[in-house]
Amino acid sequence: MKISLIVNGTLWQGDVEPRLLLAHLLRERLRLTATRIGCDTSFCGACTVLLDGRTVKSCTVLAVQADGGSVTTAESLAGDPDDPATWHPLARAFRAHHALQCGFCTSGMLVAAAGLLAGDPDPDEDAVRHGLEGNICRCTGYGRIVDAVTGAAAEMRSAP
Amino acid sequence: MIPARFDYLRPDGVDEAVALLGPGTRVLAGGHSLIPALKLRQTTAARLVDVGRLAALRTVELDAGVLVIGAAVTYAELAAHPLVRRHCPVLARLGGRVADPQVRHRGTPAGALAHADPAGDAPAIALALGVEVAVRSAAGSRTVPAGALFTGRRETSLRAGDLVTAIRVPAHDAAWYEKFTRVSHMWAIAGACAVRGPSGVRVALANVAATPWRATGVEGALRDGATPAEAAALAADGTDPPDDVHGPAAYRRHLARVVTGRALARVTP
Repeated sequence: MKISLIVNGTLWQGDVEPRLLLAHLLRERLRLTATRIGCDTSFCGACTVLLDGRTVKSCTVLAVQADGGSVTTAESLAGDPDDPATWHPLARAFRAHHALQCGFCTSGMLVAAAGLLAGDPDPDEDAVRHGLEGNICRCTGYGRIVDAVTGAAAEMRSAP
Repeated sequence: MIPARFDYLRPDGVDEAVALLGPGTRVLAGGHSLIPALKLRQTTAARLVDVGRLAALRTVELDAGVLVIGAAVTYAELAAHPLVRRHCPVLARLGGRVADPQVRHRGTPAGALAHADPAGDAPAIALALGVEVAVRSAAGSRTVPAGALFTGRRETSLRAGDLVTAIRVPAHDAAWYEKFTRVSHMWAIAGACAVRGPSGVRVALANVAATPWRATGVEGALRDGATPAEAAALAADGTDPPDDVHGPAAYRRHLARVVTGRALARVTP
């Protein structure tokens, strides 16, 4: 089936099998490998992307369901690896707060946090924890992730 | 995991969708029960009919006191909708709490009823609320009461050509769903929904039997003048809870009494 979608601002068109998962489209056809596949059962959140502005688990969305939509992946939060000033404030905050260890969950965490902050620019700790319920981290114990998200939120609110 | 091959059709209207249904065909809305099942190959489909975008299934309205929730309305939309928040806060609260944000952005309560997982929250709440499921098929339209919908573990009385178009929620005075989970985004180890309406209190339980379970013993005791605590003590009667890694059956029976007591305390004066 022919589909078209906007991925990180760029139009992608192609022919896909109906059974192709959005996560596989992103990783294997578009080579956007920041989107991870962890549990592959819609629990862990490593595959989180924004679809039309809302967080989804791309391992549980068919590529054909995203037809005509707009997808945002963790790549869109990156910048020049050597220049943190070019990164998204969330990416900078994760680095500053040591909000990752192995890093496997980080792409999904960043996108989930971006989705959370889009709807709630000033979440308290409870709102951050509730908002990231769909993303599992087995390294940090979450405390530093919460610090990073609230820190980034403060920076984003004060940005001109 | 990669599902087995299927065809995918995206009809433009309800009539076209119904015409496409039949044996081997599955309805896709949010896909958050169906896609995992297809990936795990617990179920198969020759083709999927995607109704997730159909405008006629994406509405919420009030029809003579009955809240009518379109079958393609997601949990997140339920949580945010003013009519749901006003007329059925128990479903609005579920819409903000079931599973996790990503799942709530895609999953639909109507799909959860059709999936009929006895561990799910929506089926038990629907049973306690006494909802009716509006169904279209080639033979016409009909409604199926929740009490006649759930026939077994992930089995319903719906047939291959049926399309669930809406959930119809009758007016009620108060409702509360209480569940116990080990981890916030997981299924209830046991859950209870209590609804106070014109004909008394109705109670239904999650994850204590092969289907969502109506606790008629609790309801009868309340009618006969028992206190909520006395009635809740009967909540596990007749249940047949699963005995698995999430909890032994005896523990679930205990939890059934506890969550029923908490739910009743929220709806009884």
